[in-house]
Amino acid sequence: MSGTFTKSMARNIFYGGSVFFILVFLALTFDTVKALPKLDNRGELTPQVALGKKVWEDNNCIGCHTLLGEGAYFAPELGNVYTRRGPDFIRTWMQIQPTGAPGRRQMPQFNLNDEELDAIVAFLKYSSEINTANWPPNIEG
Amino acid sequence: MQYQSQIVAKPYFIAAIGLFIGQILFGLILGLQYVVGDFLFPEIPFNVARMVHTNLLIVWLLFGFMGAAYYLIPEETETELYSPKLALGLFWIFLVAGALTVLGYLLVPYSGLAQMTGNDLLPTMGREFLEQPTITKIGIVVVALGFLFNIGMTLLKGRKTTVSLVLMLGLVGLAVMFLFSFYNPVNLVHDKFFWWWVVHLWVEGVWELIMASILAFVLIKVTGVDREVIEKWLYVIIAMALITGIIGTGHHYYWIGAPEYWQWWGSVFSALEPIPFFMMTVFAFNMVNRRRRNHPNKAAMLWALGTAVMAFLGAGVWGFLHTLAPVNYYTHGTQITAAHGHMAFYGAYVMIVLTMISYAMPMMRGRAAANSNKSQVLEMWSFWLMTVSMVFITLFLTAAGVLQVWLQRYSDAPQAFMVVQDKIALFYWMREAAGVVFLIGLVLYVLSFFVGSKEPEAVQS
Repeated sequence: MSGTFTKSMARNIFYGGSVFFILVFLALTFDTVKALPKLDNRGELTPQVALGKKVWEDNNCIGCHTLLGEGAYFAPELGNVYTRRGPDFIRTWMQIQPTGAPGRRQMPQFNLNDEELDAIVAFLKYSSEINTANWPPNIEG
Repeated sequence: MQYQSQIVAKPYFIAAIGLFIGQILFGLILGLQYVVGDFLFPEIPFNVARMVHTNLLIVWLLFGFMGAAYYLIPEETETELYSPKLALGLFWIFLVAGALTVLGYLLVPYSGLAQMTGNDLLPTMGREFLEQPTITKIGIVVVALGFLFNIGMTLLKGRKTTVSLVLMLGLVGLAVMFLFSFYNPVNLVHDKFFWWWVVHLWVEGVWELIMASILAFVLIKVTGVDREVIEKWLYVIIAMALITGIIGTGHHYYWIGAPEYWQWWGSVFSALEPIPFFMMTVFAFNMVNRRRRNHPNKAAMLWALGTAVMAFLGAGVWGFLHTLAPVNYYTHGTQITAAHGHMAFYGAYVMIVLTMISYAMPMMRGRAAANSNKSQVLEMWSFWLMTVSMVFITLFLTAAGVLQVWLQRYSDAPQAFMVVQDKIALFYWMREAAGVVFLIGLVLYVLSFFVGSKEPEAVQS
């Protein structure tokens, strides 16, 4: 890279290119936010789901699990756990932790009350109904 | 050292290395928990150890970036730092806040920490990498503002070089994008969409500016190649980084409820993301080949070449491996992601900080240009041990990931997550063994600061 290609040309490519693609990105973001009402299952966003998301966050569930594929990879995907296991299983499962089985991965006991348990189930139901372009590939997550 | 105030970088580098050790120890705990599930349970559950592992990484890299800036900016601008006192004050604030946060993770159940720190007032906790209590996040913003003010004022009164402007741009971008960590809507899709504005636009956006400018600085110093040439490369590299990386954010929007056109935008642009990293590799080797001097600090040169190569492999090649939407459909959120994350962070950001430390630390400790041969040899051993073991960690996790994808996602009879995890345990054991070698490399790295300090300085060959 010498001769006719100068530093100021390189600088112009940097500033011009960056500004251009920032604008494209903002335009796509604008379009996405406009399109989301049809995809993000916001009709189900009840106060109970909001509480469920808070319970999810306050207990750092993402520190072991994935949710729509994002998070830690230590424990099962929970974006579709509502369809995989159903509400009763989720509730009971959380209440009987930890299993204490020697050598097995352990989930802490989070001591959630009934209201919080129902909320986390509602949040996971809401999550499972987001339009994720058919991800995950199968029920196992 | 050309300017007295550059010395404020020293505590930043020392803290960075200290936290790096903590990060690796927690990494080994996590690796063991993958195969001995109840290890340290219930004292340190996996989610706590992981939070400590990833948060320490982020914090020590930030210490490293700030230290690098405090060393680099006075030399580039040819003037003393605006306020060394502010830099030292912010150092202690950041260190104490970081230490308190990590102690909070370890000593209090996370929900208790959320309650204690008033997360209800402005809930921002409990999202990957942004687990810090809201008050810590505010502290990070305060430190960042003070830091940018200090660096910015120095830049204003001094010579304005391309290297320092690009570094400044990267650091400002880092602070601005972090503000999205305070946006946590109930709508999960919105939450995830803008969460990536912090995470992706940091590591595949503005951090690349920081990395490229530090690399350019060190290459100017150790090769003596004309600044004009290096700065031209710098502009082209960061141009490609942002041109590909900004829309490349789309590769995170395939399966989180965003419109499906992101599968096209994300695939096409992120397929181009290896280009800036490849250019960095070509750039580093080119400059070293055209060097006008043989700098006595061979270790720094090795780190500079190493970071360029490993960033290309980890971020470029391993990123490309699973970035195309049809591939990512099967690999999303598996050990493939973990493999990529490990090598990319090590290659691009750990190694660039270690490059800067390797270059600057000898001068800050009273050497004219470089450590003794003895110290450098040990440092280069640590380079190879850490780098090769990280390659193996990545390969083992990749193998685990391929098997996981096959058994859990792709085969005709998909198996449950935990069933599959048991079947791939062998690779987790091998990853842990590679992790132990990494720790040995890190111990040698620390030792290299203490050996050969009485011996004469290495000379230009």
